[in-house]
Amino acid sequence: MRLTVWTYEGPPHVGAMRVATGMQGVHYVLHAPQGDTYADLLFTMIERRPSRPAVSYTTFQARDLGRDTADLVRETARDACERFKPDALLVGSSCTAELLQDDPGGLTKTLGLSVPVVPLDLPSYQRKETWGAAETFYRLARALAGPKAPPPGTDRPPRAEGAAPSCNLLGPTALGFRHRDDVREITGLLESMGIRVHVTAPLGATAADVTRLGEADFNVVLYPEIGETAARWLEKAFGQPRTTTVPIGVGATRDFVREVAGLAGLDPEPTLAALAPRLPWFSRSVDSTYLTGKRAFVFGDATHAIAAARVAAEEMGFEVVGLGTYMREFARDVRAVAKGYGVEALITDDYLEVEEAIAEARPDLVLGTQMERHIAKRLGLPCAVISAPVHVQDFPARHAPQMGVEGANVLFDTWVHPLMMGLEEHLLGMFREDFEFHADAGPSHLAGASGSSSVRSVAEPSAPPSSPSEPSGQGAAAAFPSPVAESGSVVWAAEAERELHKIPFFVRGKARRNTERYAAERGVHTITVETLYDAKAYFSR
Amino acid sequence: MTVSSAALAAPSRPAPDTGASDASDGACAVTVERGPREVFCGLTGIIWLHRKIQDAFFLVVGSRTCAHLMQSAAGVMIFAEPRFATAILEERDLAGLADANDELDREVTRLLERRPDIKLLFLVGSCPSEVIKLDLSRAAERLSARHAGRTRVLSYSGSGLDTTFTEGEDAALAALVPEMPAAAAEAAPNLLVVGTLADVVEDQFARLFAAMGLDSVHFLPARHADALPPVGPSTRVLLAQPFLAETARLLEKRGARRIPAPFPLGEEGTTLWLSAAAEAFGVDAATVERVTAPGRERARAALARHKGALAGRRIFFFPDSQLEPALARVLSRELDMVPVEVATPYLHRGLMGPELDLLPDGVSVVEGQHVYEQMDRCRAARPDLTVCGLGLANPLEAEGLTTKWSIELVFSPIQGYEQAGDLAELFARPLLRAGLLKV
Repeated sequence: MRLTVWTYEGPPHVGAMRVATGMQGVHYVLHAPQGDTYADLLFTMIERRPSRPAVSYTTFQARDLGRDTADLVRETARDACERFKPDALLVGSSCTAELLQDDPGGLTKTLGLSVPVVPLDLPSYQRKETWGAAETFYRLARALAGPKAPPPGTDRPPRAEGAAPSCNLLGPTALGFRHRDDVREITGLLESMGIRVHVTAPLGATAADVTRLGEADFNVVLYPEIGETAARWLEKAFGQPRTTTVPIGVGATRDFVREVAGLAGLDPEPTLAALAPRLPWFSRSVDSTYLTGKRAFVFGDATHAIAAARVAAEEMGFEVVGLGTYMREFARDVRAVAKGYGVEALITDDYLEVEEAIAEARPDLVLGTQMERHIAKRLGLPCAVISAPVHVQDFPARHAPQMGVEGANVLFDTWVHPLMMGLEEHLLGMFREDFEFHADAGPSHLAGASGSSSVRSVAEPSAPPSSPSEPSGQGAAAAFPSPVAESGSVVWAAEAERELHKIPFFVRGKARRNTERYAAERGVHTITVETLYDAKAYFSR
Repeated sequence: MTVSSAALAAPSRPAPDTGASDASDGACAVTVERGPREVFCGLTGIIWLHRKIQDAFFLVVGSRTCAHLMQSAAGVMIFAEPRFATAILEERDLAGLADANDELDREVTRLLERRPDIKLLFLVGSCPSEVIKLDLSRAAERLSARHAGRTRVLSYSGSGLDTTFTEGEDAALAALVPEMPAAAAEAAPNLLVVGTLADVVEDQFARLFAAMGLDSVHFLPARHADALPPVGPSTRVLLAQPFLAETARLLEKRGARRIPAPFPLGEEGTTLWLSAAAEAFGVDAATVERVTAPGRERARAALARHKGALAGRRIFFFPDSQLEPALARVLSRELDMVPVEVATPYLHRGLMGPELDLLPDGVSVVEGQHVYEQMDRCRAARPDLTVCGLGLANPLEAEGLTTKWSIELVFSPIQGYEQAGDLAELFARPLLRAGLLKV
C-alpha cells in the first residue's frame, strides 16, 4: 500500500483508452464498475475532443455481482458492435474487474463477432498508463498486422525501382503531449526529404492501416514509451529497422535527419542545409547572454526529459542541475544521460521527492510536468512545461509542436518566456524599492497623491515578496521553509542586513540563501558583514 | 411568477414517507432504466466534504484508478495540500488480507504522525477494496482504539459498486450518525439541517432560523469533527440536499423525525423549505412572512433578470447528482422552462415526493440510465439546453446541442434566496453564449 495524492500516470486501462480513442474504427470494451467512466472527461475536457472516447463500459454495480457479470461483458461487447460497427474490438478489464473471475477477452471471442477481437491483459496493480498504451498498441499490431508477416528469416524484399522510401510514424496517441502537432511537423520534415509516411499509428489510424504496417521500409518511433514495443516486434516480424533518435531540439532534429536518411538510403546534406530553425540565432543573439549558466531542473517522461536536457545544455547554454523521470521503465536511459551532466538521475513517481529535489537544487528554471509547474509556483521559481501529465492549456489551439524545426522555435519561446517574466518582475520589484518609487512615495505627476501610488498599485500584484526565493505566502512558506527556519540558529546582524540590502534586488535572495547556508555549515550564529563577503567569495570561487 | 403566499398558506406537501407519491396524482410518470451509466462514483463526494469538515481527512483505500479519479475531479485543488489521499493497493496487498490490514495500519499511523491536526479520519472503501473484501469497518474500530483520544477513525464506502456521485456524501454522513451524541431525553425541540452547504449559505439559513425564533439549530456535517450535533426524539431533521436517504433513515432510527419539504432551491423552494421547518416548530405564518419577505423579494428580482433567457426553453437532464428533480422544479415553476426529461441516478420516492408533486404534468422522470438510449432520446428531442456530465457535454455541443455541465451545480452555492439568481445564471449563461458566438 502506498499513500498517494498526485499520480503522474493513470492506470494502464487509461493507456488503452488513449490508443482506442486516438484511432478510427477501433472500439474498446472495458469491464469496469460504475464510475470508471470518469476517464472520459480527460479526452472530452483536457484534449477537448468533440466526440465521446471509443470506449464502452460494463459499469457493473454491487447488485450485478450477484448475477453473472460475464453476461454483462457479452452484452456490452455485442451492443458496442451493433451500435458503433467497429473494424476491431479491444477487450479488457479495469483494476476492479481484474479481481473478478471473468475473462473478458475469452468471453468476447466466444460470441463469434464478425470483427477481430484483441484481448488485453493489463496488470493494473503493477503497471501504469503509458505501459498500458504501449502494450495495447503492440497487441493490436500483432493481431492485425501479424497474419501478414512473412515466415521468420525471410529477407525484406528490396524497394521497387523508382518508388519513394516510406516509413510509419509510431507512438502518437490521444491525450499525448503535443502529439497532434509533432506528427504534422515530422510528416512535413520527412516529406521534404522525399520520404512518404505510410501509416501514422495509433493516432488517426484505422484497423486497416494497422494491417498495412509491415509494408513501409522502416519505422520512425516518435515516442519510445508508447511505440517501441510495437516497433521492436515489427523489426522482428517484417525486418523493418526503426529510429532511435527523438527529434526534439535542433541538434536532435539534425541527428534524426541523418539517421532517417541512412535508413532510407538518402543523402542528408540537402535537408540539413535547408533546415532553418530560429532557435540558434535567437540563442546567439546578445539578448540571450543572460541565459548563460542558468540552472535548469528537468523532470518528465523519459523521452522529453532527456531531450530537454540536451536542448538546455547545448542550445540554450543552461546548466542542467537536475534530471529525472517518473517512468521507472526508462530509468536506465535517464541515469546514463544524467551522468553526462554530472548529476544523479531522480527516478521517482512521488511528487514530494521531486519537490524536495527541486528545493535542494535551487534551480533558476524548472522544466517539468503540470506538477512541477505547481511546485515551482510554490517555490517562486520560473517554470515551463515539457511533458505530460498536462492540463488543458497544454492542448493549445495553435500549432505548437515540440519536435522538428518549429518545435525548436516553440521550445525557445516557451522556456525563455517565464525567465523574461521573472526578470521583469525583479526589475519592477527593484524599482519599487528605489528612492523615487518606494511604496510610500506618491506618484510625482499627480497632485495630492496619497499613500496609494499608481506605481505601487501597478507593481503590487505581480511584484514578488522582498526575497523572491523565500515566498512570504503562508502556504508557500510552510511548503518551503527558508534556510533560516531550518537551521534555526543563524541570525543577521543589523549592519549585515543593511549591507545585504545594498545588493541589487534580483540577486539578493540568492545572496541571502548562500550566506545563510555558508554560515550554517560553519556553525556561525551571527552573520556579520564579514560573513556576507566571505560567503560571496566562497560561492563565486 | 408568485406562488409564495399561496404556497405558504397551504404548501402542497404529502404525508412523510408515503413512498408512492409518484403515483398519487399522476403528475409525472417515473421510468426505471438500466444499462451502461456515465456517472461518477461516490468517491468524488470527498472533494467538497473535505472542504467542509475542516479537521477531517479522507483516506481512500483503492487502486491507482481511484487516485487518478480524485486527481481528475479535484482539478487544481490537488495542489493545495488537500485533506484526502489514496492508499493505493499493490500486487502484494492482494496476496493476503492480513498483510493488507498491517499495511493499512502502517500508512494510517504515518499519516497521522505527519498531520497532527486531523481529528477525524474516514477510511473510504472503493470498488477494489470491496471486491477483495477488505473489512474497513473493522479496521476503523481497530485504528480508533489505537489512536483513541486523538483521532477518531470511521469508515464508509464511496465505491462505484455502491454509490453514485453525491451518494458518497450520504454514506459519509451516515457514518457520522452513530457518533452523534444523544440529545437529552427531555431536551427542547431542536432542528438539525442535514447536507453539506457552502458556509455562506449555511450562515444565511442560520440567520433566517434565528430570526424566526428557532434557537436550537444545528448543521450536519459540522465544520469541525468534534462539533457533532446531538440527535434524539426531540430532533427534527430538515434535509438540505436530496441525496441523503441513508443518513435520514439512520437519524430516524435514533428517534429524530424528518420534516418533509421540497429542497431549498429557488425562491419558492427556499420558502417552502423554511416554512416547513417553521411550521414544525410552531412559528406563526406572519413571522415567517416577515422574516422571509426581504429574501423572497431579492430572489424574485434576481430570478426575473434571467427569465428572458430561459422562459419557454426546453431542458433535458442526464442523471448525475439527484438534484435534477428539484432543479427541474425551480426552472419550470420560477423561470418558465419546459422540462422534457428529468433523469436522476436514484429516486427516493419518500424524500422526493414534494418535488415530484411540483413538477409540471407530463414530464418524463427517469431513474437510472442507459446512456446510449438516453443520448438517442436527447438527440430526438433536440432540447434547448441539456444538463449533463463533462464526459458528454462537449460531444453533445459538437452535435449542436447547448449544454450545461452538471458538476458545477454541486460545487457552486445555489441554495437559498441569495443564490437563486446565481442558480438561474448557471443555466442562462450557456444559452446566452450560444447566442453570442457568430463563429
